[in-house]
Amino acid sequence: MAAPLTLLLIVAVTIRAVLFRSSLAELISERVEVVSPLNAWKRVVEGLALLDLGVSPYSGDVFHETPLMIYLFHFTVDYAEIVFMVSPYFVDCLSCLLASLDRAKIFRKQKYALESDRYPADCLELLRSPKEMFYIPLKVAMFYLLNPFTILSCVAKSTCGLNNAIIALFIFCTLKGSALLSGILLALATYQSIYPLTLFAPALLFFLQRLYIPVNLRRSSFWCFTLQYAFIYVGSLVVITGLSFFLLGSWDFIPSVYGFIFSVPDLTPNIGLFWYFFAEMFEHFRLFFICVFQINVFFYTIPLSIKLKEHPVFLIFMQIAIISIFKSYPTVGDVALYMAFLPAWSHLYRFLRNIFLVSCVLLACSALFPVLWHLWIYAGSANSNFYYAITLLFNFGQTFLIIRPLTRRRKHPGGFDNEVSCFKSSVWKSSLKS
Amino acid sequence: MAAHRCGLSLVFILILSSLACPSSCDALEKANENTGEKQSVSDTPREVNTDGSIAAEDLNERQWQSTDVEADRSDGTKDSESFTAAARDQFQEELVIRPLHSGDIYASFQFRTLWDTDFLQERQKVSHYRLFPKSLGQVLSKFSVRELHISFTQGFWRTMQWGQPFIPSPPGAELWVWFHDTVSDVDGNWKELTNVLSGIFCASLNFIDLTNTVQPSASFKPLGLGNATDHRFLRYATLPREIVCTENLTPWKKLLPCGSKAGLSVLLKSEKLFHSSFHSQAVHIRPVCQDEQCTSKAWELRQTLNVVFDLYTSGQGKKEWSLFKMFSRTLTEACPLATSSKVYVDITDNPEGELFELSPATPLLSQAVVLGDRRTYSVFDLTRAEMFGQLRSLNLLLRWKGDTLTTQSDMLRPLLHAERYVAGFGLQTGEIHTVIYNNHPYRAFPVLLMDSVPWYLQLYIHTLTVTSKSRDNKPSYIHYQPAKDRHRPHLLEMLIQLPPHSMTEVTVQFERALLKWTEYTPDPNHGFYVGSSVVSALVPSMVAMNTNFTQDQPLFSSFVPVKEESSYFVRVYTEPLLVNLPTPDFSMPYNVICLTCTVVAVGYGSFYNLLTRTFQVDEPSLPLAKRLANLIRRIRGVPLLA
Repeated sequence: MAAPLTLLLIVAVTIRAVLFRSSLAELISERVEVVSPLNAWKRVVEGLALLDLGVSPYSGDVFHETPLMIYLFHFTVDYAEIVFMVSPYFVDCLSCLLASLDRAKIFRKQKYALESDRYPADCLELLRSPKEMFYIPLKVAMFYLLNPFTILSCVAKSTCGLNNAIIALFIFCTLKGSALLSGILLALATYQSIYPLTLFAPALLFFLQRLYIPVNLRRSSFWCFTLQYAFIYVGSLVVITGLSFFLLGSWDFIPSVYGFIFSVPDLTPNIGLFWYFFAEMFEHFRLFFICVFQINVFFYTIPLSIKLKEHPVFLIFMQIAIISIFKSYPTVGDVALYMAFLPAWSHLYRFLRNIFLVSCVLLACSALFPVLWHLWIYAGSANSNFYYAITLLFNFGQTFLIIRPLTRRRKHPGGFDNEVSCFKSSVWKSSLKS
Repeated sequence: MAAHRCGLSLVFILILSSLACPSSCDALEKANENTGEKQSVSDTPREVNTDGSIAAEDLNERQWQSTDVEADRSDGTKDSESFTAAARDQFQEELVIRPLHSGDIYASFQFRTLWDTDFLQERQKVSHYRLFPKSLGQVLSKFSVRELHISFTQGFWRTMQWGQPFIPSPPGAELWVWFHDTVSDVDGNWKELTNVLSGIFCASLNFIDLTNTVQPSASFKPLGLGNATDHRFLRYATLPREIVCTENLTPWKKLLPCGSKAGLSVLLKSEKLFHSSFHSQAVHIRPVCQDEQCTSKAWELRQTLNVVFDLYTSGQGKKEWSLFKMFSRTLTEACPLATSSKVYVDITDNPEGELFELSPATPLLSQAVVLGDRRTYSVFDLTRAEMFGQLRSLNLLLRWKGDTLTTQSDMLRPLLHAERYVAGFGLQTGEIHTVIYNNHPYRAFPVLLMDSVPWYLQLYIHTLTVTSKSRDNKPSYIHYQPAKDRHRPHLLEMLIQLPPHSMTEVTVQFERALLKWTEYTPDPNHGFYVGSSVVSALVPSMVAMNTNFTQDQPLFSSFVPVKEESSYFVRVYTEPLLVNLPTPDFSMPYNVICLTCTVVAVGYGSFYNLLTRTFQVDEPSLPLAKRLANLIRRIRGVPLLA
């Protein structure tokens, strides 16, 4: 296990190092698919330059990182830029690895539990073989580290990688069962880009399940733990925000970071749905549609937590995927994060229809993004509609990609999780109807 | 002198009496008479050196007159002393004609009204206007304006061909205003002021809003009295796209005391003025000292109009210019309200008449240091009847001799020159290059560069590089205010030291934004204008360079450079930029809304479907053959098929 992982790590680092040194790095860091106004490295440098000039980085509309981020960069840039640039990705890899390792542990436990049961023979293929389970961490690591999206994002020095690292660490701590660390990291992730707020519900569900506290609104133990976790989360959020206020001496960053995320003033093309929609929007409907689109991101939390409360890890995956599809400034780095989870559900994909089609769509779109961008921006022979069409298709493909495992999960509601012994009855009926 | 005083007091009484009954229909006429009288009185003490009694038509006998015609920042209040007692306001007009080396001709009109009053005083409302335009006076008092400078320019001043202009102005409209420091809501005042000025000058100044207004910290200091340094009260805006035409000229002419009826302003005919390479009209209002001791304040209104006629389009390629050819009018009289009315022709390069011939010839010469260079002018004083000769009209004629024009080699290279362009390709990023030339052979001097870039070009200040002589040249002062989307532009001010005889290149990268479809101009693929950058500098003077110039001067005077002459202030405007932005497809807002909503709805619908449905497994129904087989098996009592 360790050997292939080390090998993988070496390969991943080598690829990145080679790309960093190559002339492609500059090209990649300009790509709108890879960097967004929120996380472009160019803008971080600009923010640091503004700090050096004695101008508040938030007085302009170029810098949208959080204050902690800029002070982190402010101190680390002085030492060694390259080392620093590589390190978040190490953190990233490590955390991802550990997270997946941990998940594998859980699955292994499940497996033993399941093995003790006697189950029908045709059920076997829904279960993971020990061998499969063994390789899941490796697969997850491979999916993340060798994913071209991650590599691009890393080479472009997009701070999206750091945000991903924080989320991965959060998942890791959650799976480890450390409510305190999990709450703090979740607060940090929320502080970085408001959307991980929706991960609160799955994390809470996971802890409840782990502590064998039933989700019952009348139970005091439920409320006790929920309040405890919420307190950790809100408390650390307040502390972090207060800290940034004291670092900066003003609240300027609130409108500049969160206002910017919510009101979508920058319509630079990206792989998301917002830019062209709001470029073409009628002025008097703008506010309405901004509200609709932003609520859309957060709204799925409620029904998904109700229906998937038995599967919090899967719920985390769903939430991350939804955020990366419907957020206001998505980049391929966000896509890479939830794609890393896909091998964890590989047993579900065996039942999927159209998986070939969906992957072809995503691949074709990824190839067409730069082509149509070139035709529009440089050659002038295409217009914005071409690029827009590809973003539509890409998001369509992504939606299908995450809808499929959800479908299987809903159709096979237990399948492989702790308590539910699979196929107890021949009727697969959702017991979750509340 | 006693006689003069008597005369002056008489004039004063006469004017007062005429002003006291403004309702009488002939009041203005009387006033005109009075100024005429006053002029005749004043002429004698003013032009001391002039042999004014006889019309001196003699070419050989050239007289020198010490009149200050320095265009910018001149202190013209010296000679006003004799008038303040009389009328409290006075009007001067002048036209400077400078033949340019390119064969083109540069005509610069300047109309100066000086009024000894205070608009900003609360208790006494100024309601009686004589020479000063009432519309502007009211604006000044209503908005507590301390200084106002507005210019409308069509075409671009080509510094390398034409030298420095007397009063520089950027293409399009430029407006900068210093408000009085009692103003509390400067932005509100500014907004209203631009709208009012928009009405006064029939221009689109109402397009000036917060997105193109900046507050430069160093580049625009007040030109008049008062040492205001708090740039909170300064507003500066340019509209590089503004097109200047007849409708702007007419209201501008209406501000003149004589309108376009008499004096130099009869030459301002739009059909000729706008058929030129360069046209710029401006209004400058500032407080100045009333007398040398500066005991009280006076308001000065300068209306300037600069025009360059092209050798080929206006001059039909003949190296021959006349007032009639330029303006399709000749001069017949001075404005009766004017205390001085003069035409200057720059003959510096033509001291002995070897380059061009000027007729009618005038014995009156004037010498002044203009923009750091000693210039000699022939002066035509229009207040003298004998100037107009037998025909009662003055048609100056400038005829080049031979082919000297093209072989002219010692062209005056401007010491400071700047140009600007956009580099890069594609619609994503780009780079603004500003190139500043210092052509001084041995002196380095600092310049202030000011750039105001609209918000839709996102500047990256960390990419700012300043190089001169292929070496990094770190600006000693940088004032940068980043843009806020849809609220304010970028403002970049830098103090750069220009090494002698060098080219300094300032580059900064930018990113082009995609705008909302309603934010594009009706012709989005034409591009978006970025206003000129402004280079302000104190340039070492040419006069100071030339220490061998000893004519009419004691030798000791050229040993240590005299302060006023050692350097002069100059402002250079670069070209405005035209930048293309990526555009959305304007024809399909509905389609985009529908398609995007469809994708969102597909996502939402699938989730809705999956999350609200309950799944049940049906007993698989067996195929017909098996069911038939089972029927037979049941009859036979054999176990059924699954």
